[in-house]
Amino acid sequence: MDLDFTEEQDMLRNSARDFLSTECDKAMVRQIEESEEGYSPEIWRKMAELGWQGLLIPEEYDGMGMGLMDLVVIFEEIGRNILPSPFLVTVALGTPPIVEGGSEEQKKEILPRVSSGEAILTLALTEPSAGYTADCVELKADAQGDSFVLNGTKLFVEFASASDYMVVVARTKSGGDPENGITLLLVDSKSPGIKIEPFATTGMDKQCEVVFDNVSVPKGNIIGELDKGWPIMAKTLEKATVAKCAEMVGGMQAVLDMSVAYAKERVQYGRPIGSFQAIQHMLADMYLRVETSKNILYQAAWMVSEGLPAAEKVAIAKGWCNEAYKKVTEDGVEVHGAIGTTRDHDMGLYYRRSKAAEPTFGDTESQRELVAQQLGL
Amino acid sequence: MDFSFSPDEEKFRQEVHDFVAREVPPGLETGVGGFVESEDEWQFARGMTQKLAAKGWLSMAWPKEYGGQDAHMKSVILNEEMNYLGAPGLDFGGVGMLAPALMAHGTEEQKKRFLPGIASGDVLWCQGWSEPGAGSDLPSLTTRAVEDGDDFVINGQKVWTSHAQHANWCFLLVKTDPDAEPKHRGISFLLVDFKAPGITISPLITMADERAFSEVFYDNVRVPKENLVGEKNRGWRVAMTAAGFERSGIYRIALARRNVDRLIQYAKEPQPDGRVPAKDPLVRQNLADLYVEGEISRILAYRVAWQQAQGLQPEWEASMARLFGCEFQQHVAHTGMEIMGLYGLLRENSKWANTECKMARQSLLAVGATIAAGTSEVQRNAIAMRGLGLPRG
Repeated sequence: MDLDFTEEQDMLRNSARDFLSTECDKAMVRQIEESEEGYSPEIWRKMAELGWQGLLIPEEYDGMGMGLMDLVVIFEEIGRNILPSPFLVTVALGTPPIVEGGSEEQKKEILPRVSSGEAILTLALTEPSAGYTADCVELKADAQGDSFVLNGTKLFVEFASASDYMVVVARTKSGGDPENGITLLLVDSKSPGIKIEPFATTGMDKQCEVVFDNVSVPKGNIIGELDKGWPIMAKTLEKATVAKCAEMVGGMQAVLDMSVAYAKERVQYGRPIGSFQAIQHMLADMYLRVETSKNILYQAAWMVSEGLPAAEKVAIAKGWCNEAYKKVTEDGVEVHGAIGTTRDHDMGLYYRRSKAAEPTFGDTESQRELVAQQLGL
Repeated sequence: MDFSFSPDEEKFRQEVHDFVAREVPPGLETGVGGFVESEDEWQFARGMTQKLAAKGWLSMAWPKEYGGQDAHMKSVILNEEMNYLGAPGLDFGGVGMLAPALMAHGTEEQKKRFLPGIASGDVLWCQGWSEPGAGSDLPSLTTRAVEDGDDFVINGQKVWTSHAQHANWCFLLVKTDPDAEPKHRGISFLLVDFKAPGITISPLITMADERAFSEVFYDNVRVPKENLVGEKNRGWRVAMTAAGFERSGIYRIALARRNVDRLIQYAKEPQPDGRVPAKDPLVRQNLADLYVEGEISRILAYRVAWQQAQGLQPEWEASMARLFGCEFQQHVAHTGMEIMGLYGLLRENSKWANTECKMARQSLLAVGATIAAGTSEVQRNAIAMRGLGLPRG
């Protein structure tokens, strides 16, 4: 047992923290949020110089060849500082299927361009049914000669608008086990017949509708095997959920730090409000939520990175972080009082993200149901 | 990071499991903190303590120089397995509190005199700290010790003394300087032979019918000065060492996890009314929620244990593990009652009572969880002030 981060990971954290606070202060966060792209190409380029996009990519494809625990460190800092960008969709949703199941040719073509910051990836999984399970995948890919022809709608595809490629989760066989008959396809986002429309959302995170109208994709673009794409998807979702939880945990920590600092300086009735037990206990509970979330996240991340069966722990982590992040931000606003409810105050940036994070990769109820199934209930 | 136990530790967990399966008759099951109900069970529990001692397990967390194995992590595993299985015999007061305090603050003579009896499980110690007027505010205790020749003479009343009726000795906090400010600078730590004249024990029975606690009255009880541990008026430091040796709180979490696992099993089986509780989406959600809390409690406790095994002194981390573990225990009992409905009200051994899921008893045992040895409110104070550096009110 060793429950500490390594020295290298501590260094990675410090450098990420410095980088983000220098490059992306809250004025910049707001500016990026309001922009059409929803991310800063300049910061994206600098992230690539640091090697972030290639963190999980093997060195032979110009990546860093690092592990999920390292990615957790980066995502905690991203969540703490806030960085609106297609980072999660690129490194945790688009990249893992290619690393896991891509052909040598696909890897050589795509991964170095991801590492260099040139290519942005995303995953087109969810549909109007808004679920993350195999039975929610209806978009059809029909084999016609050397190609598949895609018809249907993907919804809540984050940063499809900025993406160069999408990993599209398509149905190639119906009936029987819904996990059988799913194929992953690497699709150029500029392909004829694709229509992408971003929505205004709580998280201002460029969630898009992607309509496929007779989109032709060469059969050589299959990632992994025909009809057998779901196991790769399930593994990808585990990693992405861990990354999301890390981002949430970072956000919680930021809210706690801001709230504690404010409680020490804000004076009412002639005393700092942080000396009142009502506020102290609220902050103690917030701290407990942050620490419980961290502990269960780290355990889940460790299991995924060790290749152990982690479905149960990942579900536990996400369900727990969902409720913790919401409650911590709600209480954080309460500690700040009226000023915390304003558009200009940073609390709102985190509050909105706590709401956006909950349903992403499964809300609390669905995570509990996953746990129940793991328990044989 | 590495969340796994070593192969040696995993093997030890299995050994403990096998030991309990061999030694403890089916149906015998302790409550929180190893409490048992009948006199027969008590005698059996003491026998178990001696068997644990003979295996070298009882004091395995002690340093090697005192006959232990420096095996803090393994002792946490022992504690977890024994409590998960409801096996009696662990000794918290003597092994887990007094002995470490003696090692740090006792004289060579005190160590030679008292440690062997604790290690062998032959001498049972009880903890005389709380008083009617000194619970969370322990430094306000008023039991008085006045010097008289070679003795201290003690007068006052203690309360919530566990196992007083069976104990041979007591480690007692007394006031030796009633005017000291701050108050904890007037407290001394004494070892009291419970056969001494002037001690009266009166049982305090809990709503769960537990008879583990007592009020203890001290009426001119004479204690030789050689039984003072540490310096006079500096007993608070000794007490803090005693309270700080094992802070994971794993025993409580293990017991509550056992109840979660039983509830899960219960929910899978058809009940007398024909329903299978696990088919109810609300029951599924609630049980998953309990399981989640159990897994998180466990990690918090392991982290505290791991820190202690590294020689660190967790503060707010231990308060968190304790706070979360206690509320988890209560959550299990309350939700368990809800899931079982009217059947949950039946006390064990009643006709129609479920023989595995004894939620009526658990719900009565759980009420004290957020109070004993530091209320949840005191834990939150510690987290806020020591963990977050918030100013005193």
